Formats: sequence, C-alpha cells, structure tokens
Amino acid sequence: MNFSEEQITRYSRHILLPEVGGKGQAKLRKARVFIVGAGGLGSPAALYLAAAGIGTIGLIDSDRVDLSNLQRQILHHTPDVGRSKVQSAKEKIHALNPDVTVETYEERLMPHNAIKLIQSYDVVIDGVDNFPAKFLINDACFFADKPLVHGGILRFDGRVFTIVPGQSACFRCIFRQPPPPGAVASCQEAGIIGAVAGIIGTLQATEVLKLILGIGRPLTDRLLDFDARTTTFREIRTSRNPRCQLCGSHPTITELFEHVPETCRFEPSAGIPVP
Amino acid sequence: MITVRIPTPLRTVTGGQSEVQVEGSTVSEMIEKLAEVHPGIKERLYDERGEVRRFINIYVNEEDIRFLTGKDTPLKDGDEVSIVPAIAGGG
Repeated sequence: MNFSEEQITRYSRHILLPEVGGKGQAKLRKARVFIVGAGGLGSPAALYLAAAGIGTIGLIDSDRVDLSNLQRQILHHTPDVGRSKVQSAKEKIHALNPDVTVETYEERLMPHNAIKLIQSYDVVIDGVDNFPAKFLINDACFFADKPLVHGGILRFDGRVFTIVPGQSACFRCIFRQPPPPGAVASCQEAGIIGAVAGIIGTLQATEVLKLILGIGRPLTDRLLDFDARTTTFREIRTSRNPRCQLCGSHPTITELFEHVPETCRFEPSAGIPVP
Repeated sequence: MITVRIPTPLRTVTGGQSEVQVEGSTVSEMIEKLAEVHPGIKERLYDERGEVRRFINIYVNEEDIRFLTGKDTPLKDGDEVSIVPAIAGGG
C-alpha cells in the first residue's frame, strides 16, 4: 500500500474503520472523481473528498468567483472574488491535502466534450445549477457508463440520489425533460440557505466514498429529499422507467444534446411557482 | 382518507401544510377534492390539456402513477400520495 507515516496518521480515522482499513484507503487513493461545478454542492463535496484522500479530483467550472457565491461556496474565500473558480478550488484542495491531484477544466460541460472528460473518471458528482446541464450530465454518464451522484438545492430544500447507469433509475427515468423556462425557480432567483448546500454536497461526497469502497447500500432508486424548515428527510422510492428515452428498452436518445438553456426569467403563472 | 405529501413550492396553496388529508377513489378525484379545499393547486399540477405536468411526478405509495394507470390510478383508504417536482439548483 506504501502509505507514509504521515499519510497513515492523516487517514488514521478511516483506517481504523474495519470497512475501510488500509485497503480501502488505497482504493480511495487510486480513485478519480469528476465534479461538475465548483459551487454550492461542488465545494463541500470536493473538500470532503480531498480530505478523504481521493487520489484525483477533476473539477470543471467556467465561472469566476462572485461575492454573492461566498455565502455557500466554501471552496472560495473573500480574496478569491474575481478569480477563476477552478483555480481557487485547486489551491484550497492542495492546502487541505497535498496528496490530491487536481485536474481543472475552466470551461463548460458541453455535448462535444462531456463524454471525453467523464471517460477517465470513476464517479461523477452533479453540482450544477440548471436543468439542461443536469440532463446533459445524466446522459453523458449513461453513455460513458459512469455512476453519478445527483444533487439539487433550492431555498430550504435539497435532494440527492445516486444513479448507476443501466442498473438503477436515471434522472431522465424520473424527470424525462427539463421544465419549461420559468416554470421552476433557480437559486439565483429564489435563494438558498448556504448550509443546505453543505448538507447535500456532503451527502454526495459520502455516496461517492461508499461507491468507491463498496460499502453499504447506495442511494439508488431512491430520491432523498431534505427539508431544512422541519429538519426532515424523506425518501421516495423510484425505479427504472422501461420507457425512458435514454436508458429504456427503446431509447430515442442516442447521442448527447443540450436542452435549450432556461431563461433566468421566472413566470409565476407557469408550473410550480415559489412564493 | 388519503395522505398527500406536499412539496415546498406548493405549500403556498396549502397554507404551509406539508401533508394534507383528503378523500378520493382515484388520483384525479383526489386532486379535484384537494382543489376544493386548496384552490390553485390543480393549475400547478395540470397543464392546459389537463394532464399532469411533465416535470411533476406523482407517486402512490412510492409507485410512479405513470407506471400505474396515470390519473385513473385507484386510491384506497390509508394510501400515501407524494407530489415530487424537479429541483435544479446547485451552484
């Protein structure tokens, strides 16, 4: 396993766990995790995975740090405002754990680059803030055959679930296509409790660690919804949709495409408005 | 009585309640009854053709009604219905 004394000390609380041990820690070191979005969900996920000793973390985000991000995006600090998010993230991850190799992509995940980027990783985390990107990640992970841990947050609510392509329900099995523009509010319009991003992103990191270590039961075929107002979790069981356009028995989606991006406008008359 | 779990965005029409009790022998009947007590809820769940909006899922005892018989899915006393919209945020 070849862990140094220092590494054995650093990871001692993992190694103490019979389910992890030195063997599990070596699996984590070998693992490559791809995080889409270095924002509200990507921040806690990346930090916990880095602390856990994941060998390689890939981070993709084309944005720069904005002052309004700091309320929840804990990878970025006040002096980082205006800087590239992936660069800021890389520094924080290295400061936390120099063992981690950070591969950064200062670009957007697009139909033409998604599979190529995802291909070399073992697990993917969805930390993006819009439906077209969430569908693109779902589809790309299906075609690349990579497990995906989905997360979503809004106001006081969060949701997490894990997708093992071809084995468990995918995002499209459940939600089929993005809501029409304006039908569902985004964090930018509706707000978000920063700590909710922390809870969901941390759950995503935990799911990734379980998948890599092969521990327990993954959050597949279950949507786990968190409501911070009442501090309750509730689980909705789902299953694969045999008529899923992507992973069903007669798929109609055979290549990646991008849904028309949502407008930022929010029309209370359409769909489920947020007060 | 049917227990209906209301997602946060819809609680504006249920006076903040996260769960409501309602009668109904099918999903569509349950929604009609729900709309009598909580006006506005029907418009949020149905599109202009009177079908459940594509980005909203309705589960009866954790089964998606699309895999049952849709709006005609029968309900019985003690059933639990969950309304589950998609959540986009993350940044």
